[in-house]
Amino acid sequence: MGTELLDATFAALADPTRRAILARLAAGEATVTELAAPFAMSQPAISKHLKVLERAGLVSRGRDAQRRPCRLEARPLREATAWLADYRDYWAESYQRLDALLDELQAVEQTDAERQGAQVDGASG
Amino acid sequence: MTGVDDPLVVHTPGDREIVLSRLFDAPAHLVFAAFTEPRLLVRWYGARGWRLAECDVDLRVGGRWRFVSRGPEGARMVQAGVYRRIEPPHRLVCTELFDDQSYPGETLVSHEFTELAGRTTVTTTLRYATPEGRDTVLRYPMARGVGQSYTRLAELLHPTTTMRGETP
Repeated sequence: MGTELLDATFAALADPTRRAILARLAAGEATVTELAAPFAMSQPAISKHLKVLERAGLVSRGRDAQRRPCRLEARPLREATAWLADYRDYWAESYQRLDALLDELQAVEQTDAERQGAQVDGASG
Repeated sequence: MTGVDDPLVVHTPGDREIVLSRLFDAPAHLVFAAFTEPRLLVRWYGARGWRLAECDVDLRVGGRWRFVSRGPEGARMVQAGVYRRIEPPHRLVCTELFDDQSYPGETLVSHEFTELAGRTTVTTTLRYATPEGRDTVLRYPMARGVGQSYTRLAELLHPTTTMRGETP
């Protein structure tokens, strides 16, 4: 996937309205009117968002001149998701080491608490 | 983005942010310590193939931190910044700048530690100076990965010249 297209994909996904439009299109194609309905937005505003999504290759428009239904194009989304997955894996090891360290710190803290408890018991007994 | 057996979640809520979220089976004060004490940081911090070699922390608002990491093939990386907010054990905010950073500006790094029933969720928000910087960072692991696998492929395709030299 080209760098520019990836930038366009992430830029397109950065907006909550556009993510909601994609979520709606995941359920099947829809016209601009149908897409505008659930949002407190004018059709021109929705059309603007659709243009951004189209440029990113996330949405395509049907040829029917009357309706021009919008359709979700899943491929760029899958590729953007792959970048996120790779970034995630890049850091996962570090957090796994932190898991082990925290287990150790907790065990030490518990031992200290027990020792202190024993001392207090000893003092009072 | 969640893996099958690792609960680290990464998402990109805006065009300049990367958010990492992860649940740890420990109370917040221990997690906070692991994020702020050099003797603990050196034991876990570092992305794939990278570990801390030097770690300096001046834990006060306006105080500096500096990490030197060693990576694949002896690579060295220096990152540093200034603490902006220190609220143990709930919040830690600092700036971050790499020595040889390929994108402009400082990154604002905010860690939130939320404890519930002895377990702590760490939410780290990395806010980059520009959307391009954010995208560069997001691409970095895969770009590196591709580079590394090409190096391995090259090695495979050219079975060492030294071996040829060793044949009688």
